[in-house]
Amino acid sequence: MDARVTQGAAAGGQTSGDIICVHQLSLRYGRGAGAVLALSDISFRVGDGEFIAVVGPSGCGKSTLLKILAGLLPQTTGEASLKGSPIEGPRRDIGVVFQSPVLFPWRTVLGNVMLPADVQRLDKHDMRQRALDLIKLVGLSGFEARYPRELSGGMQQRVGIVRALIHDPAILLMDEPFGALDAMTRESMNVELQRIWMERRKTVLFITHSTAEAVYLADRVIVMTARPGKIGDAFDVDLPRPRKLDVMNTEAFGAYVKRVRAALNPGGRGID
Amino acid sequence: MRRGPIAFVLRLAFIALLLCAWEWAVGFFKTPAYIVPAPSAIAYAMYNGIASNLYVSHIGATISETLLGFLFGCALAFMLGTVVALSRTVEYYLYPIIIMFQAMPKVALVPLILVWFGLGLTSKVVSAALVAFFPLMVNTIVGLRSADEDRVNLMRSLSASRWQIFRMLQLPNAMPYIFAGLEIAMIFALIGAIVAELISSEKGLGMLMQSMSFTMDVAGQFSILFILSILGLVLNGVVTLVRRRVLFWDTSRDADANEANATKEGVL
Repeated sequence: MDARVTQGAAAGGQTSGDIICVHQLSLRYGRGAGAVLALSDISFRVGDGEFIAVVGPSGCGKSTLLKILAGLLPQTTGEASLKGSPIEGPRRDIGVVFQSPVLFPWRTVLGNVMLPADVQRLDKHDMRQRALDLIKLVGLSGFEARYPRELSGGMQQRVGIVRALIHDPAILLMDEPFGALDAMTRESMNVELQRIWMERRKTVLFITHSTAEAVYLADRVIVMTARPGKIGDAFDVDLPRPRKLDVMNTEAFGAYVKRVRAALNPGGRGID
Repeated sequence: MRRGPIAFVLRLAFIALLLCAWEWAVGFFKTPAYIVPAPSAIAYAMYNGIASNLYVSHIGATISETLLGFLFGCALAFMLGTVVALSRTVEYYLYPIIIMFQAMPKVALVPLILVWFGLGLTSKVVSAALVAFFPLMVNTIVGLRSADEDRVNLMRSLSASRWQIFRMLQLPNAMPYIFAGLEIAMIFALIGAIVAELISSEKGLGMLMQSMSFTMDVAGQFSILFILSILGLVLNGVVTLVRRRVLFWDTSRDADANEANATKEGVL
């Protein structure tokens, strides 16, 4: 129904060195009359080391998109590939961070961070050292032997993030990782995530429903609209890094946020 | 409610008061000892039973029947529960049978068990195992199935195998349920053993009670009831102790314990 968004979105990225490539992806839940189109004609590319934010209202299918990329859900039509090979199931070169920290209460902080290494039977000694370095990177040194229930929400989510980095994945998929945190913790986590990303240079696909968070973190923002979930707009964020929180008060930042809002509410109303 | 040392003393005083009232009432109404014996008579029977070494071997018999039944019943319940929880096919075919057995009062099978397994130890162990089996099996199934979807997705996203998901996620996650089941199963095993002993046996506290019933030794029976109550508490306490050790990470411990108690009362 809306020709203006269907193609254009795919144009943004490079053609070579793409890490994530999604082409005319759609996903339908159910069959027949009761079927729901969750994703419709999604196309985009993500280059190596890029930080992409996908922003959209709840129910726009952004979490579904992430599940497809993580190999947890097969798409109905279209193609999705990582590093040139089509996604056919979960892969070892991906790290996923979920909305809740999803820690195992019977494992210590170190044990939780080591989970991917245990599952993938990586060298215990090397991984342990790597885990300790990562725990230090997020400022949790001294908490290695603690259990999740002894940590605050922000600390738990930091454990969740470094767990996703332990097996050195090429791609980090993050599904509203800070959605459950209070506003102040969330801002400091954003600063921290930027720092981690600048240090480790992973390709990140970051899903959020916060426009400010998306603009602050991303090299490129993809805006999704709901029912069916499709790409409304996609643009590069040209702000110098490292970005301080102050950047949110600048005119340029405001303009980007405005652009996201415009794509979320075409026509200036709530529903399109 | 405030709970200090004074409250504790009051609690003991209350129990002492009840015993005194009981003692006095038996004397006042001249109740025959074969209807309701006085607490002093029960204490005397208890002393006699223990001093004459009569009770000890019977207590030993009941404990070993209970523990063996608990062990076999729980091992089987855990294995079958795991298979049912992990395989929809097995669940589909076994479900009607499980439901039928669950609805049946298991103790009603005890006379049959005695016919099949004789009057000795085996029939008591089988009876205890049968009664202990269901609460653990049901809890094992529920526990293994209760793994949080996000956690399962996390494991899947790491390319974990079916076995790894079971070992690293489902099993530890099920432990609080399994331990709640074990606590119930322990008490149930005692019930199974006692019922089998009451019906027909050569040894055990149930058999002792039955023989006392024939000789109208009601004080003796009361003393056995008291021992059984202590036995139940101790056996249950052992499981609780192990649970506290193993499930140090489980913050919902108290809530689970309450749930388990509620189930116990509900089933009985």
